[in-house]
Formats: sequence, structure tokens, C-alpha cells
Amino acid sequence: MPIRERLSGNEAIAVAMRQINPDVVAAFPITPSTEIPQYFSQFVANGEVETEFVAVESEHSAMSACVGAQAAGGRTMTATSANGLALMWEVLYIAAAMKLPVTMACVNRALSGPLNIHNDHSDSMGARDSGWIQLYSENNQEAYDNMLQATRIGEHKDVMLPVMVCQDGFITSHAVENIELLEDDKIKAFVGEYKPEHYLMNPKEKIAVGPLDLPAHCFEHKREQAQSMINAKKVILDIAVEFEKLTGRKYDLFESYKLQDAEVAIVIINSTAGTAKTVVDKLREEGVKAGLLKIRVFRPFPSNEIADALRHVKVLAVMDKAEGFSAVGGPLNADIRAALYGNADGIKTVNYIYGLGGRDVRSDDIETVYRDLLEIQKTGKVGADYRYIGVRE
Amino acid sequence: MPSALVEKYFRADKLPQIWCPGCGHGIVTRAIAAAIEKAGLDKDKVCVVSGIGCSSRAPGYLDFNTLHTTHGRALAFATGVKLAHPELKVIVITGDGDCTAIGGNHFIHACRRNIGITTILYNNNIYGMTGGQYSPTTPKFEKGTTAPYGNIDKAFDVCNLASSAGATYVGRSTAYHAALLTSLVQNGLNNDGFSLIEAISGCPTYYGRKNKKGDAVNMMEWYKNHAVNIAAASKMTPEALEGKFLIGEFKNSPEPEYTSEYQKIIDRMKKER
Ligand SMILES: Cc1ncc(C[n+]2csc(CCOP(=O)(O)OP(=O)(O)O)c2C)c(N)n1
Ligand code: SF4
Repeated sequence: MPIRERLSGNEAIAVAMRQINPDVVAAFPITPSTEIPQYFSQFVANGEVETEFVAVESEHSAMSACVGAQAAGGRTMTATSANGLALMWEVLYIAAAMKLPVTMACVNRALSGPLNIHNDHSDSMGARDSGWIQLYSENNQEAYDNMLQATRIGEHKDVMLPVMVCQDGFITSHAVENIELLEDDKIKAFVGEYKPEHYLMNPKEKIAVGPLDLPAHCFEHKREQAQSMINAKKVILDIAVEFEKLTGRKYDLFESYKLQDAEVAIVIINSTAGTAKTVVDKLREEGVKAGLLKIRVFRPFPSNEIADALRHVKVLAVMDKAEGFSAVGGPLNADIRAALYGNADGIKTVNYIYGLGGRDVRSDDIETVYRDLLEIQKTGKVGADYRYIGVRE
Repeated sequence: MPSALVEKYFRADKLPQIWCPGCGHGIVTRAIAAAIEKAGLDKDKVCVVSGIGCSSRAPGYLDFNTLHTTHGRALAFATGVKLAHPELKVIVITGDGDCTAIGGNHFIHACRRNIGITTILYNNNIYGMTGGQYSPTTPKFEKGTTAPYGNIDKAFDVCNLASSAGATYVGRSTAYHAALLTSLVQNGLNNDGFSLIEAISGCPTYYGRKNKKGDAVNMMEWYKNHAVNIAAASKMTPEALEGKFLIGEFKNSPEPEYTSEYQKIIDRMKKER
């Protein structure tokens, strides 16, 4: 019997980590992810897990300790946000290139500066090219479910890549909601044991991890790393099928909400999808063919699948909760446009930057976006395709 | 009505500050303003730099040129300020976490270079801002949210650390001994090289509560009853010093300051060319 509980997003992650019972957790406190290592260190102190908890002196050390532990054959986890993630940067790339499936809970917060503690996606969006798989979560249930699947995805022999499970700081990390948990033994069976092919301190095979890799081989290693990311898509889908059998909860690369016959649609990530769904419902009642596509897997980017899902849409808004400072739009916009180009041409597309630094996003704001799309559909005129919503200008 | 000192040195419109009732950080910040007043510094020639933490919020309330930076990096930013403008009095406000955990590397190197920065380390033995995780100055076996049954790490003595790393002025006081704190900061400001003043500041909300230290008043009484001035300590027996800690001026041995040494090289090379 699944367990019904009321938990915050941070607690949900900590519970998932307790159930997975990793070998090592190395983490450093930073708002709004602090609660995760805090709850977890209580589990460690109470003997509820067998994990070694390393209270390091910075995030750079946290990720370094994770890399060390994972290279030594341990299952390793961490949690962070914003500047903590930025400080891990150097080691993020190392973890991915060494094919070490570390799992990280990333609680999205605006990256300094200006100094701010509230939610946007500037932290994890900046890490999108680091070679980590990125999963995004609308609510605490998805954060929990993604965390459980993340370990399996990363550790799959065709993948062997680190995975970041993202959720919105405060909005879901601190909001207490109903959640359905699985029993500990079911998780244990689902996640299984981590048995890496190669690891340090293996008396049967002595290996060198992280040596100098000059032009003779480095390129091939990068190619191999890229292949792992390509392979990840199928693995993510296979594991989702297994997860559905266990829980009844269905996961895909993205979620399509009333998208099938939609004429106006938005693409969005994380908690604001929940807000947007209520707007879609309202517009549907008015007879407007509104729909939504919510990204779950951002890396690997499901380009062709997204193009297929959006092909029939007339007018599209891509919602970015992060600036890219490319002067032409946000990071999600760039990827969506690339996905559509030559694949589903002719969709009138606009990009909105919203909610930076924790600016509240209300259903009214989302409704404004849909009304804008309807206007474009009516007049046929797109106008500015790089817009801001909810900002004082 | 704010006092004349507050009126002169604080951004009164930013008050009241966010610190918890009974937090020592307010007393320490006021002591710094009093030291600046006594040292007779030109307000416009002072730059206050901080990292991130409850303590590092202080410059937000101080009416000088202020630079609020990232966690642990105040000394690195301040080094840049001082090298660009050696004539400025550069003051760093930092916490035990900011200065000795994430920023520990910058700390030892700033000491080693003897660069003209006066650093006031608000030591509350805990990461206050993020909710009470143990820090490198949490005494062994005491508790934090990441060590619910006690911390097994050995704590830093930040004054010893600074002295050994090369700081040329080192002292310690507490939020209870505010007058001593003011004079230590004043002496630190008068030292051309790197000065470290450790200001023991109570965090009743986390450190106090986690370790059953009582309320803010109890913590102040504890400082009062357990601090011994180094001048008095030399006349005391080891038994009398048992369980006590030292405050006062620990080191005052001026040496050539980094930016002036740097200038000497520039001057010499210009002459030789
Ligand atoms: C890179 C980075 N990691 C973590 C944090 C989160 N953080 C903010 S303040 C703080 C600790 C503050 O402790 P301390 O310096 O002792 O100051 P106090 O709040 O106790 O005065 C931490 C870990 C951050 N801001 N940036
Ligand atoms: S948490 Fe502690 S250090 Fe921070 S303001 Fe409150 S009492 Fe002061």
C-alpha cells in the first residue's frame, strides 16, 4: 500500500534519499536547499541509513567529495542551489566526463547577482552544457518520483552520467502538499544495488581516474560522453515504464496538457506549469483551444519528440524563467526554436522571460500570455518575439 | 531618535536590522562604527566589504562605500579594492563560516601577504544565516543542525590561525566586552598591514538553542564570566584559567604592508628603466 503523507519538496527529496540509502552524501547548506542535507543528517545520526554524511566546507568540496566517492564505487548524492551550484561548476564537468552517476537535488534559486534567494532557473540553466542529465519537477510528488528514477537512469550501463533533479525553490521546496510515497522495500528493489563496472580500489582491476587526456584520445572520449547522453533518452523512457508499473504514475520526456488539438500553446518548466494548467482549463471552458507542454527532461533535449507534439500548434509561447543574455531570448527558447526549425516550421513563436528573482507569477500573467497568442493568431502579426512579462519598465 | 553615532555612520533608513532579538551582531557593528569615529577616519575613504551570512549583512546598514560580495570571498574582493586604491581604509566584515570554511583559503593568504585590510570576524560558532549548521569554530562535541548529536571536528582558534599565517595585528573580544572590542578595532585600523579582530558574538537562535546556552542574557553572562584578558592571565594560575578563554590584544608587530611593498617595486622599475 502506498503511503499518503504531507511533505514539502525538500522533505520529499530527503525521504527519497533515505529510501535509496546512498553510500555517501556530501553537501553544504544554501537556501533554499539547506533542509535536504539537514533532514538527511538527522537520518544519518539516527542510524536510519548507512550513509556516510560529509559536512564539507563548500560546494566545491561537496562535489569533489562526491566525485571521489563515486569513483571509488559508491552511490553518491548531494543537494544545492544557485551560487552553490555555481561553485561546483568546475567539478560538474569532471563528474560528467568521468562518467560518474552522482545524483543531485537542485533546488532552483536565482544566481547572484543581484543577491537574491528566491526562485528562478538561472542556476541550473547555466549548467545545461555541463554534461549532466537534467530532470525538472512541477511539484513535490514529481521531485520525489524524479529522484527515485534519477539513480536508475544515471547508473544504467548505457548512460553512466550524473543527474540533476530540479524543483522550484520555496514554491515547491518549502510548500507542504499531499504526496504518495512508496514503501522502503519497494524502493530498495526498484533502485537495486550500484555495481559499477570500473572503480578505484578494486583489487582485481587497477585503474587511473582523471589522467591527462591529450589530442590522441580526448576527442574520442568526448564523443563517447555525447553518446551516453544520446542513449539516456531511451533509458529514461524505459525506466518510466517500470516506474509506472510500480506506482501507476506516468512519466515521459515532457508532459502534454490538452495539447493534442491546441491552437495556442505554451512551453514551460517546473511549478508554473501548475499555474498555467488552471489557465488552460479556464480558456478551454471559453472554447479556446489552449494547451501546454511541460518539459521534464531538459538534458538530453527531446528535440524531435517536442517538434512532433507541437507540429499542429498555430501560435506558441516559450516561457523562460532565466535570461540567456543572448539578446534574442532565453535558453529554453533557443532549444525549442532549434527543435522546430526544419521540423515543424511555420509556428508563430514568441519568447517570454518571466518571474526572475522570484517575481510572483499569477494565473493572470499566464492568461495575458495566452491572450497575446490569440491576438497573434487573429492578426497574423507576431511583433516583438522576445518579451518580458510581469516586469516594471 | 537614533544616537549621534548611529546618525553619522549608519544608513538609518535601513534600520531596524534583520538580526534576531539578542543577536550579538548589532553590538559588534556598533563597536566598529565607534572605532572608526575614534580613529578619526574620513568616511569617504573607508570601504567596507563583506561576504554572505547574518554577519555579512552588516555593511548594508553602514553608511560608507560598501561592497557585499559572495560567500567566502570578501577578502578576495577586498584585496582588489585595496590594490586599486591603496589609500582607502578597507574593512572586511565576515563570519566564522564565511572566513574560515568556504573562504579559508583567502583568509590565510590575506594574512600571509599582510595586505592593509582590517578584518572583523563575527564569530558565533555556527552558520547562523542557513539555520545553525556547525562551522569550523563550533567547539568539539557541541551541536549544530548537521551534527544533532555533537560535532567531532576540532575547532579553529582563528586568532592563532591568523597569527601563524602572518597577520600583524590580532586581537579578540566579545559582544559583552564592547569597549575592548572598539579599542581593538581602532588599533587594527591604525595598523598598516593585515589586522584580524575576532568578535565573539552570540547567536541565541541557533548556537544558543542547540547547545542549551540559555537566552541572549545568559550567553552575555557566560562571556562576562569566562573571558580573561591576556594581560591578567599571565598573573593567574593554570587552575584559575581552567575553562576560561582569552581576550585582548594578542599580537601587534607591524611589518611592511603589501600594497606599499608593491608600490616600491613599481617605483624602482620606473627609475631603472
Ligand atoms: C557558494 C555559497 N554556498 C552557500 C551559501 C549559503 N550560505 C549563506 S550564509 C552561510 C553561512 C554563514 O555563516 P557565517 O559566515 O558563520 O555567518 P553568520 O550567518 O553565522 O553570521 C551559508 C552557508 C552561499 N550563500 N553561497
Ligand atoms: S540566526 Fe543567529 S547570527 Fe543570525 S541574526 Fe539570528 S541570532 Fe544572529
